[in-house]
Amino acid sequence: MINIEIDGKLVETEQGSTVMDAAHKAGVYIPHFCYHKKLSISANCRMCLVEVEKAPKPLPACATPAADGMKVHTHSELAVKAQKGVMEFLLINHPLDCPICDQGGECQLQDVAMGYGGGESRYTEEKRVVSPKQIGELISTNEMSRCIQCTRCVRFGQEIAGIMELGMANRTEHAQIMSFVNSSVDSELSGNMIDLCPVGALTSKPFRYTARSWELSRRKSVSPHDGLGSNLAVHTKDNKVVRVVAAENEAVNECWISDKDRFSYEGLNSPERLTRPMIKQDGKWIEVDWAPALEYVANGLRQIASNAGAEHIAALATPHSTFEELYLLQKLLRGIGSGNVDYRLRQSDFSADGKQAGAPWLGMPVADINAADRFLIVGSFLRKDHPLLAQRIRQAVKHGAQANIVHAADDDLLMPVVNKAIIAPNELLNMLAQVLKALASEKQTALPAAVQQAVAAVTVTAAAGAIAQSLSGGQQVAVLLGNFAQQHPQAAQIGLLAEQIAALCAGRFGYLGEAANSVGAYLAGAVPFAGDVQGMNAAQMLSEPRKAYLLLNVEPELDMHNPQLAMNAMRAADMVVAMSAYKHHAMDYADVLLPVVPFSETSGTFVNTEGRAQSFKGAVKPLAEARPAWKVLRVLGNLLDVSGFDYDTSEAVRAEGLHTLSLDDKLGNRIAGVEINITADGNGAGLQRVSDVPIYSADALVRRAVSLQKTTDAAVPCVMLHGSELQKLGVVSGDTVKVSQGEASVQLTVQANNQLPPGTARVAAGHPATAALGAMFGTIEITTGHSTKQPENACQVAGHSVERA
Amino acid sequence: MLSAHIQEQINRELKKYPVDQKQSAVMSALRFVQDEKGWISTDDMSDVADFLGMANMAVLEVATFYHMYNLKPMGKTTITVCTNLSCTLCGAEETVAHLKVRLGIGLGEVTADGKFGLREGECMGACKDAPLFTINNKRLCGRLSNEKIDQILAELDKS
Repeated sequence: MINIEIDGKLVETEQGSTVMDAAHKAGVYIPHFCYHKKLSISANCRMCLVEVEKAPKPLPACATPAADGMKVHTHSELAVKAQKGVMEFLLINHPLDCPICDQGGECQLQDVAMGYGGGESRYTEEKRVVSPKQIGELISTNEMSRCIQCTRCVRFGQEIAGIMELGMANRTEHAQIMSFVNSSVDSELSGNMIDLCPVGALTSKPFRYTARSWELSRRKSVSPHDGLGSNLAVHTKDNKVVRVVAAENEAVNECWISDKDRFSYEGLNSPERLTRPMIKQDGKWIEVDWAPALEYVANGLRQIASNAGAEHIAALATPHSTFEELYLLQKLLRGIGSGNVDYRLRQSDFSADGKQAGAPWLGMPVADINAADRFLIVGSFLRKDHPLLAQRIRQAVKHGAQANIVHAADDDLLMPVVNKAIIAPNELLNMLAQVLKALASEKQTALPAAVQQAVAAVTVTAAAGAIAQSLSGGQQVAVLLGNFAQQHPQAAQIGLLAEQIAALCAGRFGYLGEAANSVGAYLAGAVPFAGDVQGMNAAQMLSEPRKAYLLLNVEPELDMHNPQLAMNAMRAADMVVAMSAYKHHAMDYADVLLPVVPFSETSGTFVNTEGRAQSFKGAVKPLAEARPAWKVLRVLGNLLDVSGFDYDTSEAVRAEGLHTLSLDDKLGNRIAGVEINITADGNGAGLQRVSDVPIYSADALVRRAVSLQKTTDAAVPCVMLHGSELQKLGVVSGDTVKVSQGEASVQLTVQANNQLPPGTARVAAGHPATAALGAMFGTIEITTGHSTKQPENACQVAGHSVERA
Repeated sequence: MLSAHIQEQINRELKKYPVDQKQSAVMSALRFVQDEKGWISTDDMSDVADFLGMANMAVLEVATFYHMYNLKPMGKTTITVCTNLSCTLCGAEETVAHLKVRLGIGLGEVTADGKFGLREGECMGACKDAPLFTINNKRLCGRLSNEKIDQILAELDKS
């Protein structure tokens, strides 16, 4: 530690820190633009010039290392003169369009100009003009003349997003920020550049000219999308969400949010919003009041319960629902005598049900990811499924950690990966067994007898050996299972082996939570094996169709592991009650639509993947007749005479369901009593399906976010095959093929992808283009069938857009 | 695609740098491209980026920063006249004017037959020979007078 004096205040600061850091510690504000605590030092804007005693000229605080005994003056005559000089230069070329600038009112340049700028400019020559650039649907660069070349956006791309999509071309007066030949910025974190831009050069395209910043009310909220639970600031105007920006929480999302978190709000104001309860009568949908709608539902459920038995009632909910909603849903179901409730809609292996120590979770605090030095990431479309967790892993790798991947697809993670085992889905378990076996011999540790017996037969390949070697060299090992691994038909065994691998390295093992409330849903008891009334899991409810389904935010053709099976069950049911924020496909098969609200219009709680319960309040009032689902469930509970449904607030529901915010004892990944049986399963004819859920198709809200739907990541999925498979079929990239699974087929554009293992076909799930197909895993048939219906043309491969030939 | 020759040249250059610092060779790589093709297209920049494992944009930054890279076809022979201070004091304006008349083109233009391109350049670090220009960035011609320019042009015309 060293001592430094800033404006007469003595501060103790770390060796190697800068004057800027020390000033922050002392609570002294130094004006700046290019400096950002999360980005590398650039020192190009010169706004932070300060006077340092014994230095011959002013020095930039952001790039000057603090030295013991240094005396710094940030507001001395010399410092202020330097700062004012810099300000005058910055304003020379800056347009005076603050009155129509979206950044007006929240602009760093505007604020600093108030303090250091002159009232009038001495500059009479021509101003620089920079032509607008087209960089995609999310970021507007229509006023690049406002740019002051701080390069925060460029450094963000290089250092945080991991891909340099913006850069500064040319030099001196001609320097300008642009993308490579007007290519679009496709990073899933790109929106953060808008927050970072200290002027109005990069602004939000969807928000453009919607409101002035001072007209907005700001409400804290939590992202309803991925498992991280990013903290949001929801900005509202006239009872409408008009913008979402990041709220800082160092332990969760730092100061970033993904584009999904940021731009999905457009879905909140979608014209597809369901605004009134609707009942289907004689094949026609009619709008009704809440009372008759709920009476109808209650009567229907009562009838089915008394005629066919309560076990014929089933409830499916997405883990994007709040804790309170899920808690009341399962309480209602159990109250009427059915245990058929599940949130694990895309899961296919339920053999660990009741055998896991607690709610499957990350196995460590999110912030600890940065400290890990070895990663084994199993079955994860990491960047697209968990944009910000991927970012943390990227930072760790940058600081020397090694990333090892076991997966069925080789998407670019935008970070160095030391070892990759890209294998067909049915070899996943075998590969983990190999890694475990190699690791055991590396560490010269004996495995538990049962495990030892199971892995004895496998032959260790070079790839597995290399991964084991990398892992054995680590002090802080993290074994992380992604969505793909959780949805795998052998998920329980994969979990078991992953746990063993982590145990051998004295590391930690966890699940990258699929959705905002995956952990919360488990804790709420929205699983068939919780509580005293037990029932069927999500797969059983479809394979043995029930007479009545309660859907909470579920779109079965998009949210389920096997949409074919799901739709058959829905169509055959006597009654389907869809509690949804949107008028969706349920219009075809449901009997009642109950308009419930999205996260922005209700209070609730999400428990993120590290087991952090984060409660939030509604940012705006419910739209029209839509109501929070917990209130709807409360009334249903009362109508059905289930006791204990007299809550006044969502907080009361949470208090009953969650008791305490310390959840440590309720989380647990340890699986006991599952047998390991390493046989490649489903090794029949045909190709094995590899399915991802495209980032902007993952939940109901983001599916209706119009700007996100125009991005490259939202392009209609194509079927990807290894080049050799294409040859066998006699087709080339860009051709249309017939993709068949189960009883249906769809037409998709085919795309060669030699990173895929031969014998597999990558076909995305969760997208309308593939919704007619069957299970996310299993065999799939591809033929050169002809159809008059052509698929739409754009498709994307691992973040790169490919145009159809 | 980069030609085999360019790839070979870049590979030779790469030996000068640590294996994880391949981008160090970007300036040389762009030079090799220009030597062969006379200019550097954005496709070439992409190819260089792929070859060196860099972002396209990072290559474009370098290519647009240094004035010696031709970002459009500049003819068989590119004449780059220094117009920085020392050269201007010694008559660079006259050099430019004479070249414009002789070639019938302005700065940044190429003659119709594609033989000559004329560019304005930054200081070549040879102010003692001002005024001066370079031919294809390789040959430096200093202490220019109109007669000397005519002589050089005649010589270039022949080759």
